[in-house]
Amino acid sequence: MTVLTSQAAMTAGDAGHPLDPELREGRIPHIWCPGCGIGSVMQAFLEAVDTFQLERNRLAVVSGIGCTGRVAGYLKADSFHTTHGRPIPFATGLKLARPELHVNVLSGDGDLAAIGGNHLIHAARRNIDLNVVCINNFNYGMTGGQVGPTTPLGAKTTTSPFGCHEHPFNLVDLVASCGAVYVARWLSMDVRRLRRSIEESFSKTGFTFIEVLAPCPVNFGRRNQLDEAAQGRMLVERSEIRNGADTREVAIPDEGPIVCGKFVDHERPSYLQLLEGLRARLQEHST
Amino acid sequence: MYDRVLSGIHFMSGNIACAEGAIAAGCRFFAGYPITPSSEIAERLAARLPAVGGTFIQMEDELASSIAIAGASWGGLKSMTATSGPGFSLMQEHIGYAFMTETPVVLVDIQRGGPSTGLPTLVGQGDMMQARWGSHGDYEMIALCPASPQELFDFTLRAFNLAERFRTPVLVMSDEVVGHMVERVEIPTAEALEIVERHQPPSPPEELTLPYHTDEVNRIPPMAPAGEGYRVNMTGLTHDERGYPTMNAEGQDRLVRRLVGKIRQHADELELCVEDGIEDADVVVIAYGITARVSQGAVRRAREAGLKVGLLRLQVAWPFPDARIARLAESARALLVPEINLGQLVREVERAAHGATRVVAVSHAGGHYPAADTILAAIEEVNK
Repeated sequence: MTVLTSQAAMTAGDAGHPLDPELREGRIPHIWCPGCGIGSVMQAFLEAVDTFQLERNRLAVVSGIGCTGRVAGYLKADSFHTTHGRPIPFATGLKLARPELHVNVLSGDGDLAAIGGNHLIHAARRNIDLNVVCINNFNYGMTGGQVGPTTPLGAKTTTSPFGCHEHPFNLVDLVASCGAVYVARWLSMDVRRLRRSIEESFSKTGFTFIEVLAPCPVNFGRRNQLDEAAQGRMLVERSEIRNGADTREVAIPDEGPIVCGKFVDHERPSYLQLLEGLRARLQEHST
Repeated sequence: MYDRVLSGIHFMSGNIACAEGAIAAGCRFFAGYPITPSSEIAERLAARLPAVGGTFIQMEDELASSIAIAGASWGGLKSMTATSGPGFSLMQEHIGYAFMTETPVVLVDIQRGGPSTGLPTLVGQGDMMQARWGSHGDYEMIALCPASPQELFDFTLRAFNLAERFRTPVLVMSDEVVGHMVERVEIPTAEALEIVERHQPPSPPEELTLPYHTDEVNRIPPMAPAGEGYRVNMTGLTHDERGYPTMNAEGQDRLVRRLVGKIRQHADELELCVEDGIEDADVVVIAYGITARVSQGAVRRAREAGLKVGLLRLQVAWPFPDARIARLAESARALLVPEINLGQLVREVERAAHGATRVVAVSHAGGHYPAADTILAAIEEVNK
């Protein structure tokens, strides 16, 4: 399924992975567990960078803390590993300082929607020119599998030993309702659609948000009768693609179809466009 | 309003002077959140920054503000935020982050009465210890403490110079009274200002394999901005000279010692204070900010009454001037420490004095600076 189009891929040689040149030397092996979905999202991201022909000197990747938080450090881009929950405001500062950069945030659901939830909604409201990929593995993996804002009702985690009794977020609806111009949800296994979607988000002006549902067999699956490949298989079996679905109707249900697809793709003046307008008005006023 | 440096003589509040000092220093990014009594700094910069090609953004909270400035700094801009007590508490994690990642940023804390919401509109100096120890782990803070609008201009500019030179967060620690005080402020011409720019890597991107490698003398690595091909690699995790995480005790000790050392080894040079008649003084008053201004009057009146009293006004609270205080402790019969909290600066004075003399606190929990009469009475009391 991997699409190898990069010059780098051609010259990587037999021994290495075709995407090795996109990674920092000596950072692999990564820390992710067997069966984790984050690696394939990172690969889809790198392939999207490649097929979109994004100039590497303009590629910035910002991550928070957690399993997905490690992505930035592996990539041979301008990469920033920030504090827990704060990749979006860091990226906001970076983007405003260097608007010519293509600033991406890759982080987890706990990082972006719990501790960083306030920043997420305000970034979407501002329509700040950032591309966010949120890897949702339904729990806090790095710290050993605690309950999170996306944990399904009833799921067992180390801090919901009797089953989660809180409602989870419908992240795509949250972000869409705040004003993001591009909102999608995919499975980490669906690397082709995911890559295309990431690529598509690159071409948008404003705040884009892609939720990627990823299995976490070691910390989440194991405690919920979804060992090894079972959680991934469950996601594939239950997923249903409905492009253009109303985000209010795509909350991840306890049973039945998990709706994936591209839900929002429209235009709205971005933060930088509005800022440019303000600057132009000032310029006019001063001359 | 459209000039970069508003050269000339102004009648200006401390907070406005702070904003002008930032712009004169080259600050082109401000992220902040409204909070009394610092909001005038944000308001001034919201009006001023777009006109000089800079960016102002009001963030959703102080956590966001304090890391947005780090992001902008890695984008190559001189960046600042301003706040007061409760907001300063929220910013502590990102002070440690800026220290660990060697990100030059300037923070301004216009102190008010605390703890918690405390006295939003009234003065305090209770952030003295938080300024030094508020973030977790070992770090060093440079904290400048102005006592007038002129010094808020001068020290804000100086804070940017120090942040860029040392690649570290620098704090301008003022207070409500100085922030709102309106006085004569003289802003020099742009040419007359001494501005420090960031030290950029001397080697092209392909040759810079160890971005955190430093020389043994200054121990400050050059800083490459994003977008120039350097593939900037930055983490708040303990890291090696490549910027890669090193999760072990050896790497931790090496990195944190260097970061702390690069400030400590310049502590003498960073020291800044005004001495007034301390050489032969029996009693020396030690204070900063508004408390130091009030102390001037008390000291003058004590001298008029024939007492041998001096004043040491700290313009830099951190690093603390240990050696100077130790010398004073040898010569003076007593050190008197007025401050608007229940005993923070006095602990440092006691530590530095090392039992060589008597150290006496003149404390108040906040809402008002100590009256000159109170300080004078304390001088007379210890002089008995």
